[in-house]
Amino acid sequence: MPMSRPVNHTATNNRFTAVEVPKQNPKNRTKNFKEVVLGYTEEQAIAEASRCLNCASPKCVEGCPVGVPIPTFIKLIKQNDYAAAISKIKERNSLPAICGRVCPQEEQCQKMCIVGKKGDPVSIGRLERFVADLERERGITVPEVPAWNGKKVAVVGAGPAGLTVAADLAKLGYKVTIFEALHKGGGVLVYGIPEFRLPKQIVQAEIDYITKLGVEFQPDYLIGRIFTVEELFKNGYEAVFIGTGAGLPKFLCVPGENLNGIYSANEFLIRVNLMKSYNFPQSKTPIRIGKKIAVIGGGNVALDSARCALRLGADKVTIIYRRTRNEMPARQEEIENAEEEGIEFKYLTAPLKFIGDEQGNVKAMEIISMRLCDADDTGRRQVAPIDGSETTLDVDTVVVAIGRTPNPIIQSTTPGLKTERGGIIASDESFKTSLDGVYVGGDIATGEATVISAMGSGKIAAKGIHEYLSKPKKSKA
Amino acid sequence: MSQSSTQNQPKLNQVVEKKVLNSVTKKITVYAPDIAAKAQAGQFVIFKIRQDSERIPLTLSSWDKEKGTISHIFQEVGYSTIEMGSLHVDDKIMHIAGPLGNPSEIKNFGTAVVICGGLGTAVAYPVAKALKEAGNKVISIVGARNAELFILEDEMKAVSDEILFASDDGSKGQKGFVSDVLKSLLAKNIKIDIVFAIGPPIMMSVIAEITRPLGIKTIASLNPIMVDGMGMCGACRVSIDNKTQFACVDGPEFDAHKVNFKELIQRLKCYCNEEKNLSSSYQKPAGEKTCQCHGQ
Repeated sequence: MPMSRPVNHTATNNRFTAVEVPKQNPKNRTKNFKEVVLGYTEEQAIAEASRCLNCASPKCVEGCPVGVPIPTFIKLIKQNDYAAAISKIKERNSLPAICGRVCPQEEQCQKMCIVGKKGDPVSIGRLERFVADLERERGITVPEVPAWNGKKVAVVGAGPAGLTVAADLAKLGYKVTIFEALHKGGGVLVYGIPEFRLPKQIVQAEIDYITKLGVEFQPDYLIGRIFTVEELFKNGYEAVFIGTGAGLPKFLCVPGENLNGIYSANEFLIRVNLMKSYNFPQSKTPIRIGKKIAVIGGGNVALDSARCALRLGADKVTIIYRRTRNEMPARQEEIENAEEEGIEFKYLTAPLKFIGDEQGNVKAMEIISMRLCDADDTGRRQVAPIDGSETTLDVDTVVVAIGRTPNPIIQSTTPGLKTERGGIIASDESFKTSLDGVYVGGDIATGEATVISAMGSGKIAAKGIHEYLSKPKKSKA
Repeated sequence: MSQSSTQNQPKLNQVVEKKVLNSVTKKITVYAPDIAAKAQAGQFVIFKIRQDSERIPLTLSSWDKEKGTISHIFQEVGYSTIEMGSLHVDDKIMHIAGPLGNPSEIKNFGTAVVICGGLGTAVAYPVAKALKEAGNKVISIVGARNAELFILEDEMKAVSDEILFASDDGSKGQKGFVSDVLKSLLAKNIKIDIVFAIGPPIMMSVIAEITRPLGIKTIASLNPIMVDGMGMCGACRVSIDNKTQFACVDGPEFDAHKVNFKELIQRLKCYCNEEKNLSSSYQKPAGEKTCQCHGQ
């Protein structure tokens, strides 16, 4: 396998330098959709694990939204007991192969790592991925689940939050049905995150694992339309978890935005990832991609779109972001990957309008330079346009990646379900909604966030559902 | 020509009947009891026929809650509809999601005129039926290129107080377009409370321009390109009163006087080339070969 940088095999002797992870060479990888980061070998994993101090009161665990016992599993890797290591992780996290890849560890566990105070933090995510991948290669062992406790729970949405709730409740003896609106489970893990960052067979293996726990999976069922939440209760489900995700794409609301060749990031990524249009015409869903592509936004979704565009054969891909590199919400590692691959970044720039040709295809965009201003109440630096700095940029494809608003279907078909902040479903600290027995988690409960925070809220909701269903029922006199 | 299943208990998403309605139109009936139980006029479903197929949004033409079946009428004009036409009784459609979209707003308006062209009749039929059941006086105006291409004639007659026809060549009803028939109707000073226009965007925009100066409420059923069909991709965005809305969650029916039809027609042409190339790659029976992907 070609590697981008030499691997640090000598790291065993250096506590403060992380073992490099092998990656596909940037030149090759922009021509394929295969995974960029190749993962540690056994030798590299042991070397990296040896850097862990095994702190008595581990800060890293505090940084983990689902509370994985990090030092314990790392110690087990050091002892070559990989099966025990993965079991330890799975006590708290049902999707380790996914989290090892897409969690922003640098903002969570690794940010808290004591070794990281003086050098590189321990590469917790890469170690998690190592044991999860090894287990998948060797064959996943499914824990024994208790006998059915007689109660049924409906989970709406097979994304990271829903899968977590389903796994947790199945392990407690509930009969769980996941209703997924799309034809495939995984939510953002399959429609959003590209193959080169998270291979779809890994998501499928995690879903298979959850199915083996006895969870029933029902694709093509859009709750709110085929069954309302109320009807789920009538059909014998005693609790309902709603994890319907981020929803409708936001647009810039500037002139020309509905010209052909302008996509929402959701559409672009759904075509590429879920519908596999990079395999067109074997896959029958087409994608129209030009040569000069602009992606608007600074998050992981913008970077994913830009890197997909490059792999689909674009000559030039430019990210247009109105703040600077420092303010970009995308993961540092992914920004570096994108830079290595030759994505251009136009910082402090905002689009003003799109210009089309006679056929209604986008051919250019008018942009303006921005300047950074003071931070607002949330601590985020604001921007203001610089008058007279308007210029035109030739483009033939544009991807708008500026966020999403909650899908309104369940809210509008569930009387009594309270919403807040632009349509997210309101809930208390246990993620219980305004309706008894109805819990939420993930982006529909918190607003746009990460895979792991969706899982974290799912864990809390699962606990809440278990407590709710364990209480003796009030009589309906 | 018709095929019916001999099995007593069909499986989910299994084709139970296939009918050829005329030289270019087929009807397929599928066992999908949960969808049949919930379907209402104006709603659509997403079909994904095989593993590598597209997700295609198709409006339902009828459903049978007792038998648990849904029916769809289609012409083989693109790859996916050719693929659908190749299905046989007992074949299984891999994925069907629905019902999707908001149902038509049905109430007793008074006199309702339902205008449909070609395949639009299949979509208009459940709307006309629901309007009739709600107590409206229903006047249907049905158009097609020639007499052979009219579909669901008996069904439309059964739910209409009056039915008028238009054909391009004059072989059935008035020679000309459905819009010409509407003009004739309006010339008679008949009081019309609402118009439902269902068909190609160009037809719906012409109808909207006729009713606009008269202030007659007009509803258009829009058919933009969709990928997921459930409020995620934004491919189906349409400009309604200069604001972006999503046909899959805000529609598919909108006030025709507020729709930017020019933009809709333009957006429908986005994938014409890909569609043309893909369709010509299909091993299909002799017949029409041109791209007719909604664009007009």
